[in-house]
Amino acid sequence: MKLEPLGDSAVVATLGPGIDPETLALVLALSEAVGAARGRGIVDVVPAYSTVTVFYDPAQFAAPAGGAYGQVCQFVESCAPRPGGPAPRAAPRLVEIPVCYGGELGPDLGTVAERAGLGGAEAAALHAGADYLVYAIGFTPGFPYLGGLPAGLHTPRRATPRPRVAAGSVGIGGAQTGVYPLASPGGWQIIGRTPLALFRPAENPASLLGPGDRVRFRAISQAEFESWK
Amino acid sequence: MEIAVIRAGMLTTVQDLGRRGHLSEGVPAGGAADPFALRVANLLVGNPEDSPGLEVTLTGPELEFSQAAWVAVCGARFEGVPAWKPFRVEAGGRLRLGARLQGCRALVSVSGGLEVEPVLGGRGTLASAGIGGFHGRALRAGDVLRTAPSGRAPTGHWSIDERILPRYSAEPSVRVVPGLHAGEFGDALHSGRFAVAAESDRMGIRLRGPKLARPGGGDLVSAAVAPGTVQVPPDGNPIVLMADAQTLGGYPRAAHVISVDQPLLAQLAPGDAVRFVPATLAEAHALIHAREHDLGLLRQGLAEKIRPA
Repeated sequence: MKLEPLGDSAVVATLGPGIDPETLALVLALSEAVGAARGRGIVDVVPAYSTVTVFYDPAQFAAPAGGAYGQVCQFVESCAPRPGGPAPRAAPRLVEIPVCYGGELGPDLGTVAERAGLGGAEAAALHAGADYLVYAIGFTPGFPYLGGLPAGLHTPRRATPRPRVAAGSVGIGGAQTGVYPLASPGGWQIIGRTPLALFRPAENPASLLGPGDRVRFRAISQAEFESWK
Repeated sequence: MEIAVIRAGMLTTVQDLGRRGHLSEGVPAGGAADPFALRVANLLVGNPEDSPGLEVTLTGPELEFSQAAWVAVCGARFEGVPAWKPFRVEAGGRLRLGARLQGCRALVSVSGGLEVEPVLGGRGTLASAGIGGFHGRALRAGDVLRTAPSGRAPTGHWSIDERILPRYSAEPSVRVVPGLHAGEFGDALHSGRFAVAAESDRMGIRLRGPKLARPGGGDLVSAAVAPGTVQVPPDGNPIVLMADAQTLGGYPRAAHVISVDQPLLAQLAPGDAVRFVPATLAEAHALIHAREHDLGLLRQGLAEKIRPA
């Protein structure tokens, strides 16, 4: 585990070189341990891919100056997963996300299918047939960064981003796929839309998905999309 | 007490000191872009430091008060209102912020504090998600805000010691600690003058100046970023992240503006410029302790001057 400062109010712990489920498991174990033991002065914890970032309030650590960073590093070290791998977590959650692929709700499905040498329905089936893993939540509130997109569906972002992508839009950007929880500008190829709310500010947690969750997409018809409650 | 919005100004939002504990859900901390100014504005009218106030951007609003109240305007200076000093608005009177004299964002506190519902533990507006503050959006003419009752009022003649204020300037030198990829950018960040581009907002200040080249290149794995992070997209024009920035970033980080200097960034308007000077983590932390010491003295001093009404 490598510890480095992120500005004067956070410490970044890096647990591996890249994007893989084993590193994510270490990240989640550390993040949970830090969250559970969170003491005075620790204000937030962010697991993402291969890092855990621990935010602290330097004003809550006694001078001498510089002591805060050392104390937080020590605390993070003390939470580090034991050698021999992290303790087994509760079984990961599997969340099914219904998606109406193509048509007006997924205007770029054709582009993605054409690059893959497939028909639209086949490309949608390929997308819905894969298992995905949530590596992080970010970009906008509730936006899941998903790993597991089949290589055939990797598609570059649009040359010109759309000024507005509707909430629930399911997109592909390079090797990544994800769902826009909120209407926002976006450069990803939009292949469909889900009626599920991924960001629910009145609930706790507000994000439907969390790092470590498994995700499957299920194709639904436009009629099902419209009647979804 | 009710406050009717007669004119909203360019971008006026309800802000507090931000949300905590929701970064991992992609919800930024948000809150006042200049938290120092909001803390002082609240203290000056007898409110808790984290009470919600209004963040006014570039052009001021005009507000009508149904009852008398005390007001403080801190941060950016606007014509027609005292700066860093409480003043009274009478029942039926109007608070008008005139032409902008200095800075970009004024934080306006009203005695009692604005009454808005907390969302995800914060009362500030996160406009990108449409949550918090007044219906999740900037104020518009015709809106009516409510304040909580206040039992306190300033007494006597006095002013705060302006030496405790950040050194606001249209061309400040802000102190930075190195970012993870500082070594790859050479000295360009510390050698140049960077102009503030018009498309800057509460998410980030976009800068134009010497390009920051990263010879190694290569993709990075997205990880947490924070307000103050200086990230460098492939075009080489640095972006300093602000209160509403996204919680994760995949661009290399050249540096981080230290906490006590972030108010200087919040007061930069398009056309202003900034220079970056190196600091150490120990200096950054010592400066935070010094700021808290100053605010502690202010709090003590005001305890005698702001009394139960």
